[in-house]
Amino acid sequence: MTSTTTTPGSATTAVALSGVTKVYGRGTNAVLALDGVSLDVAPGEFVCLVGASGCGKSTLLNLVAGLDQVSGGQITLAGDANPGLMFQEPALFPWLTVDANVEVPLKLRRLPRAQRRERVAELLRTVHLADFGRKRPHELSGGMRQRVALARTLALDTPVLLMDEPFGALDAMTRDILHDELERIWSERKLSVLFVTHNVREAARLADRILLLSSRPGRIIYSTEVNIPRPRRIDSPEVAAIAAEVTERLRTEVGRHGQ
Amino acid sequence: MASDTLTSSARTDAEITGLDALEIAGRDKEVSRGARIWAATWPKLAALAIAIAAWQIVVWTGWKPPYSLPPPLEVGRELVAQAQGPQLWDGLVTTLQRAALGYVFSVAVGLLLGLAVARSTVLRAAIGSMITALQTMPSIAWFPLAILLFELSEKAIFFVVVLGAAPSIANGVISGVDYVPPLLKRAGRNLGARGLNLYRYVIAPAALPAIVAGLKQGWAFSWRSLMAGELLVSGISQTSLGAQLTYSRELSDAPWLLSTMIVILVVGLVVDAAFGAADKAIRRRWGVLDQAGQ
Repeated sequence: MTSTTTTPGSATTAVALSGVTKVYGRGTNAVLALDGVSLDVAPGEFVCLVGASGCGKSTLLNLVAGLDQVSGGQITLAGDANPGLMFQEPALFPWLTVDANVEVPLKLRRLPRAQRRERVAELLRTVHLADFGRKRPHELSGGMRQRVALARTLALDTPVLLMDEPFGALDAMTRDILHDELERIWSERKLSVLFVTHNVREAARLADRILLLSSRPGRIIYSTEVNIPRPRRIDSPEVAAIAAEVTERLRTEVGRHGQ
Repeated sequence: MASDTLTSSARTDAEITGLDALEIAGRDKEVSRGARIWAATWPKLAALAIAIAAWQIVVWTGWKPPYSLPPPLEVGRELVAQAQGPQLWDGLVTTLQRAALGYVFSVAVGLLLGLAVARSTVLRAAIGSMITALQTMPSIAWFPLAILLFELSEKAIFFVVVLGAAPSIANGVISGVDYVPPLLKRAGRNLGARGLNLYRYVIAPAALPAIVAGLKQGWAFSWRSLMAGELLVSGISQTSLGAQLTYSRELSDAPWLLSTMIVILVVGLVVDAAFGAADKAIRRRWGVLDQAGQ
């Protein structure tokens, strides 16, 4: 079993996967979740990974985040990056205030208290929640919780952000606004983002590049650059055109499983 | 990356703030402290009044002679008299010391055992179900063995108290650790909490509600075991509450017996209320307390 390796100093890619394979189980029960996935995310690039359900999108992010081990192939992260991971649920710690949630990664990195306080305030300002530090997660709306989660992930000070359908559970209005927010933060902080979604429009709205992952086993079957100037609106005709194109590919892929 | 992202950001700011204000509105609800305490207290007082009234009515019916079932007022007077003498307080101190010693030791054993079983699959397979089996064993059934091992002594009581309480506490820890949402563990690991830090920052706090439930149940078991022990092993101490129950029965002093029982009940209620308050504080912090109720 090859483990995730980190090779420092590769400046051209922030994240590189080469021939990554993931098998769950053993023997006859073994399921091939990912089959030789190769992809690169350039520094500062926003890549959206689109696929139907069961294509191993979440598995892929877990592997890149180092929460799971690859069965084959290699994952390379630029520098010492420990990528930040966001989930569909905010996964905030309910026993902590908003402030304390954002502070956790800073504490784990043993930053002194004064510095931590400063960073927490700065991060909450970034996500427009400066006044909500003393609230508990359950006192906030779904969109606000997801922004706290974003602030907490940003507290890792990592250049690489992995997002697993982070806005999937939100209403359309909140989602639109968070797209604007994420785009702003991504461009301000020059992040490299690998964003998983099944929402093709969302991908067209956000991505520099869209990758389509096939289902069972997961494999990259299509890739397209999105050259629409930013800022974009999700309801613009250009975004719709790209979305239509990707949807067509996705339907063909889903249809393949119905035969 | 177009730089005119920034031109739209002022508008986005306003939109975000507006949306937050709309979604948060009406979530804060303040009830005055006095009203809250009264709302929590009056049903208890009413229930107590009904219980005393029922007792008095049974006495009036003459179902039992007054020397075996005295009226509430007489027991109340006895309680006041007891409260002025040293006997009750000595008994209370003796009993509470035993309870504290046994309980603290049970907590230590239960927490360590629970943590060990939760972490190790081998230990879990070996003794996981045995802990549950121990928990279902009525503590009084341990006394014959305890008396054989330690004779009629403090040690026998201590032995049974720990056997009664520790398994409940261990089970609380085990189920607490088992039911930590995997998502929180993944989030914790991604934020850099590994090994012991994962326990400190994620697993222990996430398991806290179940651990408190186990501690509460452990207290109930240890208190019952202690009372059973003091009744059986009354010879070694003149003063404990359990011993006073035995003596009052032997002397057919019903008011003394009942007033002692009331003291035992009150101790149980007070400790239970403390656990209840802790549990409620946790649930409030976690946001799982029903906002309409309570």
